[in-house]
Amino acid sequence: MNTQPILFRGARVVDPSQRIDKVLDLLLAEGKVACVGSDIEGPEDARIESCTGLIITPGLIDVHVHLREPGGEHKETIETGTRAAAAGGFTSICAMPNTDPVIDSPAMVGFVEAAGRAARLSKVYPVGAISVGQKGERLTAIGELVEAGAVAISDDGQPVMDSGLLRMALEYSQAFEIPVADHPEDIGLSRNGVMNEGLVSARLGLQGKPNASEDIHIARDLLVAELTGGHIHLQHVSTCQGVDLIRRAKARGVRVTAEATPHHLLLTDDAVDGYQTQAKMNPPLRTEADREAVEQGFLDGTLDTLVTDHAPHHYDEKEQAFDDAPFGIVGLETALGLMLTRFVEGGKMDLPTLVERMSLQPARAFRLPGGTLKEGSPADVTLVDPLLEWTVDPTKFCSRARNTPFEGEVLRGRAILTLVDGCVIHEAD
Amino acid sequence: MNPTVSAFGKDLVGLEDLSANQILSILDTAEPFKEISERRIRKVPVLRGKTIVNLFMEPSTRTRISFEFAEKRLSADTVNITASGSSVVKGETLVDTARNLEAMRIDMVVIRHGSSGAARFLAERIPSNVVNAGDGAHEHPTQALLDLLTIRDHLGEINGLKVCIVGDILHSRVARSNIFGLLKLGAEVGVCGPMTLLPSGIDALGVRVFRRVEEAIEWAEVLNVLRLQFERMKAGFVPSLREYNRFYGISTQRLERVDHELLILHPGPMNRGVEIDSDVADGPHSVILEQVTNGVATRMAVLYLLAGGAPEQAEAAKEEGVG
Repeated sequence: MNTQPILFRGARVVDPSQRIDKVLDLLLAEGKVACVGSDIEGPEDARIESCTGLIITPGLIDVHVHLREPGGEHKETIETGTRAAAAGGFTSICAMPNTDPVIDSPAMVGFVEAAGRAARLSKVYPVGAISVGQKGERLTAIGELVEAGAVAISDDGQPVMDSGLLRMALEYSQAFEIPVADHPEDIGLSRNGVMNEGLVSARLGLQGKPNASEDIHIARDLLVAELTGGHIHLQHVSTCQGVDLIRRAKARGVRVTAEATPHHLLLTDDAVDGYQTQAKMNPPLRTEADREAVEQGFLDGTLDTLVTDHAPHHYDEKEQAFDDAPFGIVGLETALGLMLTRFVEGGKMDLPTLVERMSLQPARAFRLPGGTLKEGSPADVTLVDPLLEWTVDPTKFCSRARNTPFEGEVLRGRAILTLVDGCVIHEAD
Repeated sequence: MNPTVSAFGKDLVGLEDLSANQILSILDTAEPFKEISERRIRKVPVLRGKTIVNLFMEPSTRTRISFEFAEKRLSADTVNITASGSSVVKGETLVDTARNLEAMRIDMVVIRHGSSGAARFLAERIPSNVVNAGDGAHEHPTQALLDLLTIRDHLGEINGLKVCIVGDILHSRVARSNIFGLLKLGAEVGVCGPMTLLPSGIDALGVRVFRRVEEAIEWAEVLNVLRLQFERMKAGFVPSLREYNRFYGISTQRLERVDHELLILHPGPMNRGVEIDSDVADGPHSVILEQVTNGVATRMAVLYLLAGGAPEQAEAAKEEGVG
């Protein structure tokens, strides 16, 4: 790729992979990080950006995104989804396989991979299904999926209910060095639940999903991972006990990585009051005690990876009675602003730790390029204006969807320039 | 056309949204309307010229007919829409159905829907007055109001009474509306049923939970016995109807074991021999048919108040209509 070198001058460079948090210059050339240092002399043809007061991080990575293509193009496409990712500062995203048809064959993995490449925005890494058709019956051709470009396997949206199948997935996948990502939910316990089971669901007359439906599944997943030595990646953890189970498993050396989402870090089931379908998600928003536990787990690294679980839906689909509306919210364009405002500016987490959770760690967990500004690594970079104040306005989203519970939220901090392999994929006006 | 916004708000979605005074005021307003159904010509001009749509997206006989009588006896023009045989089966969304009705210029919608929150959903999206005739497992406010009216008719005062709701609390909108209404009026409320049919978190609403019906009967002065829907048995919440009757059915034998008398309510339709035995349903303490009669007056009062009528002018309005 023919790209103009770019020299960023005087930015606060935050790169947890090298323990850098300092005002420095950064030179990108030929799609790679050329060097990080003081008073760098750029080549003559370099574009020079003066970055006083701005932050540079390795490009953000979201390993849990629903791009909806194929089959749900009215909600989102690979093109609109990657545009949203770029606008949110994400340079790499992992696309979940619960599309129609399911991404369970090398051809389907190849389709997502090629469409992602063609969009020329954020990098798209396909996640293949664990089971054929996500039916929970027999394993996909995991090796072929990996050869075609899959970076992980998951039946996301559908938990793997058969422990024997999960065992085989965790064993078989080890040869290909990919994580098995599971949506922990015992569907026998969740039944037809549409929100957290508790006081709010009792009042509203909505069917609840108890914490135990998630806890049991997390415990089971951890035990099977321990049995097999495989790498389990637990998606969107939302319960107090779930966090605790993971913390203890990590302490005894189980190969587990785990996700936290901004919405489970910031909201509780009170947000459902008034039958707010924008607060309908799976796992559901839980109680304040759970929210605090998720926050604690995110702060201490038990939940090591921040993901958005970007789940676009058409507005007609959310404009229904609560029972009938689909689960999920979009997150790619709000995650960074929310986390900078509520966690970094809010004094809960320092910036390098947030960058680690949003870039370095997801790259490690899914063994993706990026997540670092070391010389020679891909020039995937996010430039952030930490003081830029903006209001969440879903009508301005690049995503095709607008389903967010954060509408009207005033945030500080936003990606103003996003680069992939040294090419600008997003530039704020 | 501007919608009427009464002192009760634009809509009646649930008793959780009302104050004790508002609830009492509806009960008081129902009093003068009782007499209309006893006349030889059961019709007054209270809602003359008003158009009311009964939008019943879930099967209902009793509630729909009760509303329809209330509307017709108040001289409103009414249209009934049921889910089968309407545009709903052709895939129209709730919001589109409502907007189309609205476009034909109407005054009120009475809605019954299988999803909790559907009445509020509609109320927030159309300017007409919306009356909730039952939304999922959320609320059925007119049922609770008529229950309150019937209890008050017999026992004089709700405040301080011990009322226990027996049966499938988990799926019951009648239970929720009764809990909210009774608590606001100062009653002590109990719930009793198999644990599988009690929502977790119910005690946080301020109710006492009884696991055995004998204890509930010992404690309560009023029993509101809920219908056990056969679907619950199919879904495994209770093992069999016979077992349910054996452990939770209200029988004369059980009632006679305590030394006080209990008032027996049931929102209907009854499964005789399941949640209630015939000798109780037909017995001296049953007020089940009075509930039905009071239902019409209660719904008249609600429609009258939402149309902008004042509680104290209800008597006069019977001859002259609402402004």
